[in-house]
Amino acid sequence: MITVKGLNKSFGDLHVLKNINMNVDRGEVVVVIGPSGSGKTTLLRSLNILETPEQGEITIGDQSIDFSKPVKKKQVVEFRKQTGMVFQNHNLFPHFTALENVMEGPVTVQKISKAKARERAADILTKVGLGEKLDSYPHQLSGGQQQRVGIARALATGVEVILFDEPTSALDPELVGDVLDVMKELADEGMTMVVVTHEMSFAEEVADRVIFMDQGAVVEEGPPEQIFQHTQEPRTQQFLNRIRK
Amino acid sequence: MKMYLSNIFTNPEMQDKYMDILVSSFLPLVKGAFYYTIPLTLITFAIGLVLAVLTALMRLSNVKAFQWIARSYVSIIRGTPLLVQLFIIFFGLPSIGVTINPFYSAIIGFSLNMGAYNSEIIRAAILSIPKGQWEASHSIGMTNFQALKRVVLPQATRVSIPPLSNSFIGLIKDTSLASTITYTEMFRKSQEIAANNYEFLLVYSEAAFIYWVICVGLSFIQDRVENRLDQYVAK
Repeated sequence: MITVKGLNKSFGDLHVLKNINMNVDRGEVVVVIGPSGSGKTTLLRSLNILETPEQGEITIGDQSIDFSKPVKKKQVVEFRKQTGMVFQNHNLFPHFTALENVMEGPVTVQKISKAKARERAADILTKVGLGEKLDSYPHQLSGGQQQRVGIARALATGVEVILFDEPTSALDPELVGDVLDVMKELADEGMTMVVVTHEMSFAEEVADRVIFMDQGAVVEEGPPEQIFQHTQEPRTQQFLNRIRK
Repeated sequence: MKMYLSNIFTNPEMQDKYMDILVSSFLPLVKGAFYYTIPLTLITFAIGLVLAVLTALMRLSNVKAFQWIARSYVSIIRGTPLLVQLFIIFFGLPSIGVTINPFYSAIIGFSLNMGAYNSEIIRAAILSIPKGQWEASHSIGMTNFQALKRVVLPQATRVSIPPLSNSFIGLIKDTSLASTITYTEMFRKSQEIAANNYEFLLVYSEAAFIYWVICVGLSFIQDRVENRLDQYVAK
């Protein structure tokens, strides 16, 4: 589903992605962990071309972008349509209700009729447990509810891949559970997911594969048991010891 | 001044006379406001707003030529007095064969002015919308134009209401400059009245009062609109 080859990205002198290679199969849940500044968020944002790497190639579905050549705007817009993204601070549209937030992609991008889009958006919001909040504006919702609207918005265009950028990091602890439950449900339904998170229990429980990144490079990857129980990598061990304290 | 004040407070005859002047000039002045000052303000503000949005977008675009055009326009208009611009349009252009009547001269002058000043307001408002709003729009597949139209501009509109109201109120008062190019708006009306009865203090004060009442009304509307739209901006 997703193939990343030789991805390199720098911010000025800072080399944040160093020759990243990665593969995500259809229906797979891949969790990316690592200390802050390890490049995991930049990697995720690159998958949606919110960052433009200088080198390397990303393939999602049947579309490919080679970053060593100039990339056309149109190509980027088409490429992005295959993935949904959930942001750390949700980035909901504050001037739209929950329902309108979810309808926006189908109506504006996919040109689906408003009536149909409304129906589908209501279904998706009900599925993430917000059937009662369709007409609420983002500022009237709790952080956890806002993030679930964010997930619904990402799902609305019928994408096959969803990218999660620390979806629970900005939430109060008691609200994290609701969001993780929705994510687990999606995983069970076979959604392809790439998740950057600090929720290690989620990674252990839900991930098919865990990627550990440090200083812009993939240090180790494998099934959760391998990373969390039997890692041979000192840097992974060090990171896990620090967050388990 | 002493005599003037003592007349107002003690001389019933003079009181009547002043009252008559105020009352008889009130209607022509209000007519001047409603028939000329306010329409001129509304039309130029609307045209100016269109110019301002276009200029702001040109400034923010990646095309160097657009940026350059927008910059030059804003620089020329902001760098020269409005009064001088009006004189160039009305008194100057006829020497190269372009004669424009007072009304259209005023429209052109004030619109160009509003366009330049308000473009900076709108540019700042667009830049104030968090980057995450663009990213979220892009992430659901929107093009730059769609993101601008559906997500960024509606929020930028709210952000720009206070400074735009400011410039609107400024415009109402600036339209009095149109009197210098023989456009008979409210202030020129008051000049004509005062030229007849020589009661300059009284008549000009009355005109000032009417400007003030209009502006107070507008501030009131501004507050209500702001409160209503307050929640719809990403912070």
